[in-house]
Amino acid sequence: MSAGTEITYREAVRQAICDAIARDGRVFLMGEDVGRYGGCYAVSKGLLDEYGPERIRDTPLSESAFVGAGIGAAIAGMRPIVEVMTVNFSLLALDQIVNNAATLRHMSGGQVGVPLVIRMATGAGRQLAAQHSHSFEGWYAGVPGIKVLAPATIEDARGMLWTALEDPDPVILFEHVMLYNASGILPADAGPVPIDKAAVRREGGDVTIVAYGGTLAKALAAAEDLAGDGVSAEVIDLRTLRPLDDSTILASVAKTRRAVIADEGWRTGSLAAEISARIMEGAFWNLDAPVARVCSAEVPIPYPRHLEEAALPQPAAIAAAARAALGRP
Amino acid sequence: MTEPHAAKPHLTREHLLGLLREMIRIRRFEAKCAELYQAEKIRGFLHLYDGEEAVAVGVEGQLRPGDAVVSTYREHGHALARGIPMTAVMAEMLGRRDGCSRGRGGSMHIFDAQRRFFGGNAIVGGGLPLAVGLALAGRMGGGDGVTICFFGDGAVAEGEFHESLNLAALWGLPVLFVCENNLYAMGTALDRAQARTDLAVRAASYGMPAAAVDGMNVVAVEAETAKAIAAIRAGQGPFFLECRTYRFRAHSMFDAQLYRTKAEIEEWQKRCPIRSLSRWMEDSGLVHAGEVAALEAGIDREIEDAVAFAEASGWEPVEDLARDVMASP
Ligand SMILES: Cc1ncc(C[n+]2csc(CCOP(=O)(O)OP(=O)(O)O)c2C)c(N)n1
Ligand SMILES: [Mg+2]
Repeated sequence: MSAGTEITYREAVRQAICDAIARDGRVFLMGEDVGRYGGCYAVSKGLLDEYGPERIRDTPLSESAFVGAGIGAAIAGMRPIVEVMTVNFSLLALDQIVNNAATLRHMSGGQVGVPLVIRMATGAGRQLAAQHSHSFEGWYAGVPGIKVLAPATIEDARGMLWTALEDPDPVILFEHVMLYNASGILPADAGPVPIDKAAVRREGGDVTIVAYGGTLAKALAAAEDLAGDGVSAEVIDLRTLRPLDDSTILASVAKTRRAVIADEGWRTGSLAAEISARIMEGAFWNLDAPVARVCSAEVPIPYPRHLEEAALPQPAAIAAAARAALGRP
Repeated sequence: MTEPHAAKPHLTREHLLGLLREMIRIRRFEAKCAELYQAEKIRGFLHLYDGEEAVAVGVEGQLRPGDAVVSTYREHGHALARGIPMTAVMAEMLGRRDGCSRGRGGSMHIFDAQRRFFGGNAIVGGGLPLAVGLALAGRMGGGDGVTICFFGDGAVAEGEFHESLNLAALWGLPVLFVCENNLYAMGTALDRAQARTDLAVRAASYGMPAAAVDGMNVVAVEAETAKAIAAIRAGQGPFFLECRTYRFRAHSMFDAQLYRTKAEIEEWQKRCPIRSLSRWMEDSGLVHAGEVAALEAGIDREIEDAVAFAEASGWEPVEDLARDVMASP
């Protein structure tokens, strides 16, 4: 195995963008403050100087217009990477994403595809309060016609973008805000990665913990804690939120007979709810305990740290849910 | 800049001192916030108002208690100028329960319904439609109240800006749209975001009267506002006021300011609204340096009291996490 280098998630995303721009003349990055400012999370710092304003395109605060323009450009043969600063602002572009990007292929009887990639930051944890702390990955994952990805590791942050750009359909990439400063080893031979498979990040036999994006690290922390009690937890990183990789989840649950889902979305109508239903449909007779969900509390995320922490899924709650599933509260 | 006295010849010494005092109060409050941010007592995003004080003070001095204000995430100055006690604003900054939003909102979400201050809004352009509705209700209720809507030059690119101006003009609603044109939206200069940088012409395309004013000159802002509000109260429909100003500090505490030069900032600092007014008052013999120093000392005491109040205030209990998501029964 090759040695690799330690880099941050931010750097991995930046490398992925550079790689894509270098590989394909049709690729360009467009969004608010991606150029002169260097990206609101500093992902694209320096890229304007390197690639120029045609390929690193600053936009006005016009989310609906520039996401829609990305759709149009993709239809016409370009391969835009549209950065919507954060998922919170994607609500202003929701019409373009749901009514255009997701529907055009079907509505046109297969004539018009939208090979567009949209990237956005998501999630809470930085005390940014209600309007800046949303997690709507689960909402987007409910829309047919788009793919939804949540890279939670350095390798996925580096590798998912190119695969997404090669996809003939629109792909949304969610980068959790708490991950940008995380660092890890990127193997020297790192390259494009598949975007249709979940990954088992930790093997175990007693309980399956399903997580993605911002909850993966918390699930791994919970698994570590459980190991101290002699409980062996298997941790699945969904990676792709739509389409869901049912087989990896069901195979794990068939082995462990118990499942806990950690999801930063609000509980009602969450992605966790969908996964729970699929486990019920596909593995009901394997289960030894009800499927448990650890989601965000149903409250607009409050500003003070203690309330924000209480509103979000935490390792202790994930571990507690796993213990409860095992009848060891 | 235009001479402070040029716009309005009958200014009393007391009145001018009041304007000066209020601007200094905002400036020093912001300096304290920056300090508390460094000390990690204020968290999340913090957007300071230095350089733009003449807008809040000049505009809001013209309001009556029944008028409404809608603001942005750069709203501490708007909140203070509206008369929200500094203690409650400071406690909100620290996320304490005695904050004007019970600490739930923080820096970007200052509310005071009693003073008809309907929020700091962290979504660019998000406040404009609210202002239209507040004005609609006001007119349906038969009063002569006015709604003041503050927003930045960046918001002019959003669809909500155009939709709101049209609606207000179409229905002849009593809204004063105050554009704080500080030439940048984060790192995006106005001429990189707007095909036409003369913002007042936008209003003209909706048939709305408009004026552009030197936003570094509190007396000029006040005079234009007085005229606009008189017309609005007389039933002439909405008005668009562009205040040309400049933000002296970074966009937020995370901004490396790669998009502008130090020289540009220094050039604008020469037009500091506070220094301009105090210097002109000194030159005209309306105030002497000792009085200004005394004023500052009084303000510093108020700020120290506000900090003490905020730090003595408790936290919202975690058990109350889901409080105020809906009306309590
Ligand atoms: C809809 C939306 N898009 C993007 C952002 C991120 N953002 C926050 S402030 C800002 C700049 C806004 O500039 P402007 O309206 O000129 O106000 P200023 O900060 O200069 O006072 C941006 C892009 C946001 N908050 N909301
Ligand atoms: Mg601005």
